[in-house]
Amino acid sequence: MATPTGGIVGQRRWYYPALAAPGILWLLFLFILPFYAIAAVAFGGRDQIFGLPIPAWNPLEWQYETFSTTAGELFASSGLQAQFLRTLVYVVISVTICLVVGYPVAYYIARYGGRLKVLLLTLMIAPFWMSYLMRMLAWVNLLAVKPDDPGLFNRLLLLTPFVNHPINWSSGPVSHMTVILGLVYGYIPFFILPLYAALDRIDKSQLEASRDMGANPASTFWRVTLPLSRQGILAGAVIITLPMFGDYYTPNLMTASPENTMMGNAIDLALQGQGKQPQGAAITLLLSAFIGALMIYYLVSVSRAAKEAVR
Amino acid sequence: MTTAEATLPREAAASPRVGRLRAFFSNPWGKPRLLSVWTWLYIIWTIAPVLIAVQFSFNDGRSRSTFQGFSLQWYESIWNEASANFDDTLLPALIQSLKLALLTMPIATTLGVGLAIGLARWRGRGSGAANFLMLFPLVTPEIVMGASMFLIFSNLYEIKLGTGAQLLGHVTFSLSYVVIVTRGRLFAIGRDYEEAAMDLGSSPADAIRRVLLPLLAPAILSSFFIVFAISIDDFVISQYLCVQECTTIPIKIYNAARNAGNPSLNALATIMMVLSLLSITVAVLILRWFNRRQGTGRSAVEDFARFEI
Repeated sequence: MATPTGGIVGQRRWYYPALAAPGILWLLFLFILPFYAIAAVAFGGRDQIFGLPIPAWNPLEWQYETFSTTAGELFASSGLQAQFLRTLVYVVISVTICLVVGYPVAYYIARYGGRLKVLLLTLMIAPFWMSYLMRMLAWVNLLAVKPDDPGLFNRLLLLTPFVNHPINWSSGPVSHMTVILGLVYGYIPFFILPLYAALDRIDKSQLEASRDMGANPASTFWRVTLPLSRQGILAGAVIITLPMFGDYYTPNLMTASPENTMMGNAIDLALQGQGKQPQGAAITLLLSAFIGALMIYYLVSVSRAAKEAVR
Repeated sequence: MTTAEATLPREAAASPRVGRLRAFFSNPWGKPRLLSVWTWLYIIWTIAPVLIAVQFSFNDGRSRSTFQGFSLQWYESIWNEASANFDDTLLPALIQSLKLALLTMPIATTLGVGLAIGLARWRGRGSGAANFLMLFPLVTPEIVMGASMFLIFSNLYEIKLGTGAQLLGHVTFSLSYVVIVTRGRLFAIGRDYEEAAMDLGSSPADAIRRVLLPLLAPAILSSFFIVFAISIDDFVISQYLCVQECTTIPIKIYNAARNAGNPSLNALATIMMVLSLLSITVAVLILRWFNRRQGTGRSAVEDFARFEI
């Protein structure tokens, strides 16, 4: 690279930070500082008459009462604990299903897409850009059961020998299945995309080398492809796990039953309710602490990968 | 694994028809048919429910599960006051969604492109932290972002919840997408063009305005449309920053999906889906046009699929 003259170096030194400054300030005031507001409300007091929160902006004035009561509920048998455990179970099952269903799809498109690759990719990406709510609405329509009408999905099932009376999707043990169906349906496109990217990056010559060394297709898959795509699986799993932990709309739309509420529902209910904002903020803090480690792990690995790509 | 492979041919010999079927699906060196069937089933499963929802937006009857012929009456019920099923909450939701998306586009794109150029070229103190900070909105659960903005707007900034607050929220989460799309192009372009311009005596401002920005134009234009699509699809942030008279289409769907009596909601949702898919198509076409001129082999869709985090 040519060495620029001193004046330009001096000018450049402030020029680029200045370009980034408006965006950085925006994120500072509308992303970082609001995060602090959650803590200020969680550790703040409450107006005795209206129940409005009195945030404590000064950490020295923080009161830990609300927070420790809420955190205590998480460790004792309570509604909050049940919601937390349910969220955990839903997320683990949904991510596993996403992996089992999604991996073969991503693998097929990346390796055998052939002439149809662009078409397959377009169809695979399309749901990514459809509103989540629209896609949930589609299932609400399919599963709706009315006294005079079992709904489209039930009608389809009644044609099979396994089902002989319409299933009510939104109560009883079936409702858990319905919510998990909603979660998988909603989040799987976000899982498949990074996985596809990882599988597509695998150099074909490595697979050929494995074959030339005498590995059969199965051991090539287990010992070459799968380890090389591990990063993609992790990326996809983290990308869908994080929003699932904050999800409240999927159970509300799919079943609207108290049997299916998740952590997100607890936050949503407390924040929208009168006088419960500090509790809501405390649950949000607990949730953030729980998934924060996951977030940071992911961001560190992504920015490391980005740095390597630049080099 | 290996023993299963070894026993396969013997089993196949037992029953010729099953054997042929199995050979068709499991020939290890041929095209993996089972995978191909699985992939198409997956695609049908992801797309069919939505297509059915779209189909019922054209239903002649009130049902959302029995198709009674084609009609546009539910679309009419959105804007035609004379229509029998006119619902006066649908059009305002459509307008609110469009208003937010159109206002978010220029603000997020301007801030994001500046941020991307600044972060990509600035190698000084603080650039690492800023780069890292920028990724956070992408992985923060929306409810955490929504709750935090809701709390600070109502307790510290004293910003009234409504269109203004929603706009601030939408710009905040769109910003990172703009940075990612722009940054990808910035790395592809490299620094040589600006360095050359500056060696020839142009100031950094001129180098950016007259050399870099024209080269970035496709990325900037496509981020414009991506912002439109993600803004119009957003639900959680819009809901948290709204009290009344700021209902967007997703909020309307959330509130009405389970008890809607007729397909007018489907019609509204269909309009939203068409708008966001159209804007994404435009974004892909812009990138494709750019790729053609640059002569890269990969298609724009493939590029888009690689769009990570």
